[in-house]
Amino acid sequence: MITHKDPIHILLADDDEDDRNFFSEALAELKMTNKVTLFKDGKELMDYLDNPDIKMPHILFLDLNMPGKTGFDCLKEIRANSRFKELSIAIYSTSSAEKDIEETFVGGANIYIKKPNDFSKLKKVIKDVVNINWQFHSSGLNKETFFFSI
Amino acid sequence: MKLYIKYDGIMACRVILQEQLEKHQVKYQLLDLGEIEIDEGVTEERFAEVQESLNRYGIYILNNQKSQLIQRIKDAIVEMVYERDKLPSTTISHYLSEKLNFSYGYIANIFSEYTFTSIENFIIIQKIERAKKLIVEEELTLTEISYKLNYSSVAHLSSQFKKVTGLTPSMFKRIIDKRRLLVNQVE
Repeated sequence: MITHKDPIHILLADDDEDDRNFFSEALAELKMTNKVTLFKDGKELMDYLDNPDIKMPHILFLDLNMPGKTGFDCLKEIRANSRFKELSIAIYSTSSAEKDIEETFVGGANIYIKKPNDFSKLKKVIKDVVNINWQFHSSGLNKETFFFSI
Repeated sequence: MKLYIKYDGIMACRVILQEQLEKHQVKYQLLDLGEIEIDEGVTEERFAEVQESLNRYGIYILNNQKSQLIQRIKDAIVEMVYERDKLPSTTISHYLSEKLNFSYGYIANIFSEYTFTSIENFIIIQKIERAKKLIVEEELTLTEISYKLNYSSVAHLSSQFKKVTGLTPSMFKRIIDKRRLLVNQVE
């Protein structure tokens, strides 16, 4: 059981260095204690996750548009493996088209983030996402119907 | 073949508790939701065994007083949302402080300190969670669901649903249907 004292382990895969820095800065300002692991592309992320010895992280922030293995490829691979069924996946993308959002959820994502373009909004979004994810983890809410679009 | 099931989590939990405690020959009495009274004479070893077998079902014995209180607050809210067809006629703050025997101010403070959300927000999350469950079960229309969950109108439910999840109930339903279709195709 997760208590508020356990650090939340957050993964982030994004090919843009500036975005990675923004995310880590925003996470550093969270009230919840957290640990972040960064990946610069989909391959690096999947290599990490494929190691059966890792402790399961709580949430993965995944950029949809990465060269090589895209975010959507990673999403499909992760959701095809039942080992990751407790891992929440937050996709972020520049699209806010309903079709893209729907497709991402059908593909097994839990959270869809329309990437905000200013830093203070990004911080707020990340805070909301980590918070809602924590509510799902700590209150036994149904993962099958955990969809959250922001 | 894929079947869709509906279940009563509270009842399932009570049966598991009964079976496990009987299996370990512990004398017990099930009290309100989330509370059991057990015989004082249980050895530490047996207690650890009981704990271990309950953990397998995602049932945990809470040792710390504050986490016990948080759990009782959550249980009282869940019970209120799931078991009563109508919310209590008194205010929620009155209901919770009567039920838990603490002032509402104390309950609200300790709750937000430990859960990173407010009681009001937690109630909304739970109501929307129940709405999702009812939508997935497909037995009630959205209008009936809004009535059951004590919303003044289906528009009110839809707007709160959208506010909490970012999706409209119909988009939510579409995603669920498409996922089911996909899973069925794979099998």
